[in-house]
Amino acid sequence: MPNSDIVFSAKSIVKTFGAGKRTKVAVDNVSFDIHDGEIVSIVGGSGCGKSVLAKIMLGLYTPNAGEFLYRGHKISNLKDHWNEVQSVFQDPFSCFNQFFTIRSQLEDSLNILKDKPSKEDVQKRVDAGLLAVNVKPSDIEGKYPFELSGGQMQRMLLARIFALRPKVLVADEPTSMVDACVRANILDYLMKLKEELQMTIIFVTHDIGLANYVSNRIFIMHEGKIVNMGTPAEVLDDTKEPHTLKLLDDIPEVHKTEWIRKRH
Amino acid sequence: MSAKIFEVDHLSLHYLTRFGEKINAVTDVSFSMKQGEILGIAGESGCGKSTLVSGLMGMCIPPLYPTSGDVRVNGESLMNRTVEDIRANVLAQKISMIPQGAFNALNPVRKVKDIAADVIAAHQKSGSSVSPKEIYERLCERFDLFGMDTKRVLNSFPNQLTAGERQRSVIGISTLLNPQMVIADEPTSALDVSTQKEVIRMIFDLLDKGIFSTMIFITHELPLLYHVADNIAIMYAGEFVEMGSAEQVVKDPRHPYTKALMNAMLSTEQSQRTRKPEAIEGAPPSLKQTIVGCRFAERCKVACPDCKKNTQLIRMVGDRLVRCDYAK
Repeated sequence: MPNSDIVFSAKSIVKTFGAGKRTKVAVDNVSFDIHDGEIVSIVGGSGCGKSVLAKIMLGLYTPNAGEFLYRGHKISNLKDHWNEVQSVFQDPFSCFNQFFTIRSQLEDSLNILKDKPSKEDVQKRVDAGLLAVNVKPSDIEGKYPFELSGGQMQRMLLARIFALRPKVLVADEPTSMVDACVRANILDYLMKLKEELQMTIIFVTHDIGLANYVSNRIFIMHEGKIVNMGTPAEVLDDTKEPHTLKLLDDIPEVHKTEWIRKRH
Repeated sequence: MSAKIFEVDHLSLHYLTRFGEKINAVTDVSFSMKQGEILGIAGESGCGKSTLVSGLMGMCIPPLYPTSGDVRVNGESLMNRTVEDIRANVLAQKISMIPQGAFNALNPVRKVKDIAADVIAAHQKSGSSVSPKEIYERLCERFDLFGMDTKRVLNSFPNQLTAGERQRSVIGISTLLNPQMVIADEPTSALDVSTQKEVIRMIFDLLDKGIFSTMIFITHELPLLYHVADNIAIMYAGEFVEMGSAEQVVKDPRHPYTKALMNAMLSTEQSQRTRKPEAIEGAPPSLKQTIVGCRFAERCKVACPDCKKNTQLIRMVGDRLVRCDYAK
């Protein structure tokens, strides 16, 4: 197989919703390659199609046109796909079932693996996953999702990733519901995932500052199209692309003297 | 010097759980605001920001109870008044709140114009009546100011609008009766950066047009607060730990917690790009017990053994307030 280090390869993929007059094009003729071990950020405002693209990568949507390949093959069997590609979503509370303990759900998530680990091994891997995000396993013993704060729950989602050890992680706005301290924490863990498990990470966000910090490459999306693509330095410094400039301009930052009104 | 229109005097609030536990969510908060001032309040999730908002409006609905202190609007106290009284005489006219989740604030089965018409109808003086047509015209006039497609927005259900339009509609409805003061509780934290800027711009438009003049803006994004507020108060575990002008607090923080918050921020400024955002280790103390000593001592990098024993009092350092005995 040529280019075996390409994880995702998209050739002019299109995804539309609805039909006739009400057709809404969410992903419009997008092509890219994502390589092994890369962290790629997909950045754009709300409604630009970045989450749809993430769901295509997870196999939750299939493109209407174009070719989307995972390691040279079409995504056919979702269970096999999710053995290697896993996700972290924005709202951790909607990812967990309220009626079961967190621990039992973390244990159950290991059932997706093809070579199922033994009972002791499951316990060990869940414990290790929890420790990796600085949570003592005894702290969440017997606890239900609603008993933890948003930041702690977001860490539980990451603990699941540490226990599962997928090859690819698609993180769809994992930090948009949490405050700055927890955000710094979660970024730490994402970097740790990349370093310890050599994971390929696709990071979906609307914050270009965050994308700059974590990624090797940044894709800027606008109305379904990738309008700018490159390393953080290329995208942030040497660009005249208007949507990128707008995204950069709209972040409220302390060093800007005029964002809404003049500050000295 | 213009008169103080809003004064908060040593306000403490607590929750009583159904197990009889007392949670001291807000402790000893004092500040006052002049006409035209914008105060920003920042702090991490769970520090009591939203509880404080309920207290500031006098809306202490069980399980929230006032412990002590007073809140005064134009010298008139809001404490120990019934919820009905506050709703009828204070909310929407004197103080109005912009809620956090616009989607949860709007009734999904009613059109925006009907929700807005309710606000006008509910606050009509008894005896006088306005026709629905008059109300609709007033709404159109007001919504035209926002630079939106007025007719379409007013005749839509909330789910037919974009997040930005929804948030702007909520702000429009909150300020319909020209309140003296607006309390905005995280109005933009669910929005992307570009929509956030649009919403903030709209708030400033309303300020410029004199729809309201005084605002309390609550968020956890300190850099955003720097651009919006005149003065900033930092809240930690129910207490104000630092309060001063936006410039002072953000550019030259004195309390260790404010410093730590600033270190947790990311920046796209060239020299700052590779700086690692530092998370604050540990968690805030439980507010169920009385806490002895500094509340931030457990997580503070410069804490000394005395910090855990001596309760810190808020005091003047230069021309700002700081709750740390060692701040210079």
